Amino acid sequence: MISSVRRSAFRAGMFVLSLVLIAGLWEFYKFVGPQDGGQLFGMRILPRANSQAMPHVWDMLSRYGRPEIRGSDRKVWSVVLAGAWFSLRLSSAGFILGASIGVGLAVLMARYRVVERGLLPYLVLSQTVPLIALAPLVVSWGGKLQIAGFEWPRWLSAAVLGAFLAFFPVSVGTLKGLTSVPSSSLELMNSYAASWRQTLIKLRFPAAVPFMVPAFKLAASGSVIGVVVAEISTGLKGGIGRLVIEYAREATADPAKVFTAVFGAAALGLVMAAIVAAADVMLMRNRPKETTI
Amino acid sequence: MSTDSFASRVIPPAVFGVGFLSLWEGVVRVFDLKPYFLTPPSKIIVQFFTNFGPIREAATVSGKNALIGLIVGAVFGVLMSFTLSRFRFLSQLISPLAVALNAVPIFVLVAVLNNMFSITSEIPRRIMVTLVVYFIVLVNVAKGLTQVHSTHIELMRSYAASDSAILRKVRIPNAVPYLFTSLKIAAPVAVITAFVSEYFGGSQNGLGSRITSNIANSKNAAAWAYVFGACLLGLIFYSISIVLESAASRGGAATKKRN
Amino acid sequence: MNAVELSGVSKIFNEGTLKQVDAVVDVSLTVQPGEFVSLIGPSGCGKSTLLRLIANLLEPTTGAIAVNGKSSAQARQDHDYGMAFQQAGLFDWRNVTKNIELPLELKGWEKAKRTDRAKQMLELVKLPEFAELYPWQLSGGMQQRVAIARALAAHPQLLLMDEPFGALDEMTREYMQGELLRICAETSTTVVFVTHSIPEAVYLSNRVVVMSPRPGRITKIVDVKLGANRGEETRNAEEFFSGITAVREALRGTHADHVAANAVRGVEDR
Repeated sequence: MISSVRRSAFRAGMFVLSLVLIAGLWEFYKFVGPQDGGQLFGMRILPRANSQAMPHVWDMLSRYGRPEIRGSDRKVWSVVLAGAWFSLRLSSAGFILGASIGVGLAVLMARYRVVERGLLPYLVLSQTVPLIALAPLVVSWGGKLQIAGFEWPRWLSAAVLGAFLAFFPVSVGTLKGLTSVPSSSLELMNSYAASWRQTLIKLRFPAAVPFMVPAFKLAASGSVIGVVVAEISTGLKGGIGRLVIEYAREATADPAKVFTAVFGAAALGLVMAAIVAAADVMLMRNRPKETTI
Repeated sequence: MSTDSFASRVIPPAVFGVGFLSLWEGVVRVFDLKPYFLTPPSKIIVQFFTNFGPIREAATVSGKNALIGLIVGAVFGVLMSFTLSRFRFLSQLISPLAVALNAVPIFVLVAVLNNMFSITSEIPRRIMVTLVVYFIVLVNVAKGLTQVHSTHIELMRSYAASDSAILRKVRIPNAVPYLFTSLKIAAPVAVITAFVSEYFGGSQNGLGSRITSNIANSKNAAAWAYVFGACLLGLIFYSISIVLESAASRGGAATKKRN
Repeated sequence: MNAVELSGVSKIFNEGTLKQVDAVVDVSLTVQPGEFVSLIGPSGCGKSTLLRLIANLLEPTTGAIAVNGKSSAQARQDHDYGMAFQQAGLFDWRNVTKNIELPLELKGWEKAKRTDRAKQMLELVKLPEFAELYPWQLSGGMQQRVAIARALAAHPQLLLMDEPFGALDEMTREYMQGELLRICAETSTTVVFVTHSIPEAVYLSNRVVVMSPRPGRITKIVDVKLGANRGEETRNAEEFFSGITAVREALRGTHADHVAANAVRGVEDR
């Protein structure tokens, strides 16, 4: 137990160190790089190193402490935090929705081979196709669509997109796990004259957990991506994506501000991943430590 | 097993596909759904062929960004992986960072990159794709170079083989399938990243920008056609990566029995 | 009433196609209550198929199977037998006690009764201290003992075992054989036991059923004259060696039939 805590601390330390090194590289480029951008191999691929395009790392961090807009009382960090929190709630909703449907569909596919044969190819292919292209369309439903008196709120589109991206890895991974049961265990359950439902609950699901864990990780990042893309493609108010776009537009006047939102979006992803990782640890307790992903 | 015949593998997905499209078409017509909600597949196909020229142009722009980023990212990833496999400390340093980046919507960096280049440049998007592909390829190929059967290494040492000989004869061959697996993952991700990067402003010539502009002009059917074009682009990239993978691998991978 | 009764049982896979396999052809066998019967033979002789036919995990192509006077299907519904495989097949996510409770859960027993019975069974296989541990924390031999405890948890009258000690090392194997005999004596269980090992078959059984492949059938049934109380000294007894010789010769007979045609593998002389 102690060694695993030490290992986590070590990895966290390495992570911080790598961030420090990146900051160092950033400042180094600012020091030696061409102020107005430059050419390499005849192409303009060297970015501008002046303070307007590349603010100092310290400027980025200190920007959090200053007011968001000149004359406003709200500090940047509180605005970014509120935006990240908004998006976190949407991502969680999307994750839960997408994962639930994914698990349900996986059970259906495990039960009925013909459903698996019919749907699985599409599910696998869908992960290779930029379904995120649908984002603007789904978001455009907001404020316009009415179903039986229920008006589709714009934020629901973001959650639905998050759910959409979370759904695919969960359904594929859960199916893989449900059908990965060794024959002898199935024979054992048969010898007890167990029903399909009993076999599902007592054998297939527990056996599927090690496969669902990496699928949940993918779903977590998918739900964040879906929500953030929905927010940025049409500026959904309240979310971190909108802040990134807004601050990017003001980048000429206030170069450090956009970084505050970018870091906020990164924090969003990390928090979501941490929540799912904690759930994964809970699910995999009492299991042999054979797989590390 | 007779149940794994060609027919049993092709017919169900075909039936489901046709059924889904028919249902879509039917629901839109029967409920007379407004075009801003769902466009029927029939209209989408018409729009696709009507706008084929512009769609192809936009796809070429996005596709080029994805391809350049894919190639450059893969090359740098492979090169760096050699260094990573050689110096354990480097891999310990990079690995938590790579894990963290996997969880993060890294494409928001495009907002920053756009500011560092001229406004009409496609370079920020290419850099974004390069970055994303780089980490995918780096992690996987490094794994392939280091996770070698210990018995293979012991055998080579018993021949007093040098480190570089071990690299050439054992590690690199072991890493080749990992490279192609990573490309299989990275190819669609490259397309998605190139795509999403277009939402942050900058040049408006790619597929992503066209979709938003069509929606803004209430031309939803055309927008769907561009979405279809984007999916085709993604499929093309994925197919190429699959072809590369099967060309490189001799002999099939063992398949686990489905219970 | 016979514990197990097989009359003219055949099992043909892929009948009528090019891939037809005559796994078991026209097998008739009766097993008395309390008997220990081993099935031995080279790969492909149908011994595992026969076991699964008794367990109603496979349906016979022809013939009838009766377990405890009922059809094999009814016996399976009524949980009249317990089964053990070469891989202990314990569930990784359940501790030892919960693994033993599995058949009882499926039968609908209430919690208190289940825990009591599981505890009993752990005492029987001499592993009471391991109740809370997980399968991966146990050695192979211990896992098999838990698997046996699970197989006997509902006190079935019949135990069907498919090479349960095959994955264990020699010393553990001999120890487990002794334990199995003790447990079966205490519970008066009938056992049908599939094995590759001649000494194992002779040591454990009242009768050894020798089978041969292509098509799978019974060649000879060897009576083992070793009596009831068997211990470590039994392995040195005259009757033990004569039993081994008898079984070996019966197997050689099947071997000689096929030595020209195909290589017959899979029977050990250990």
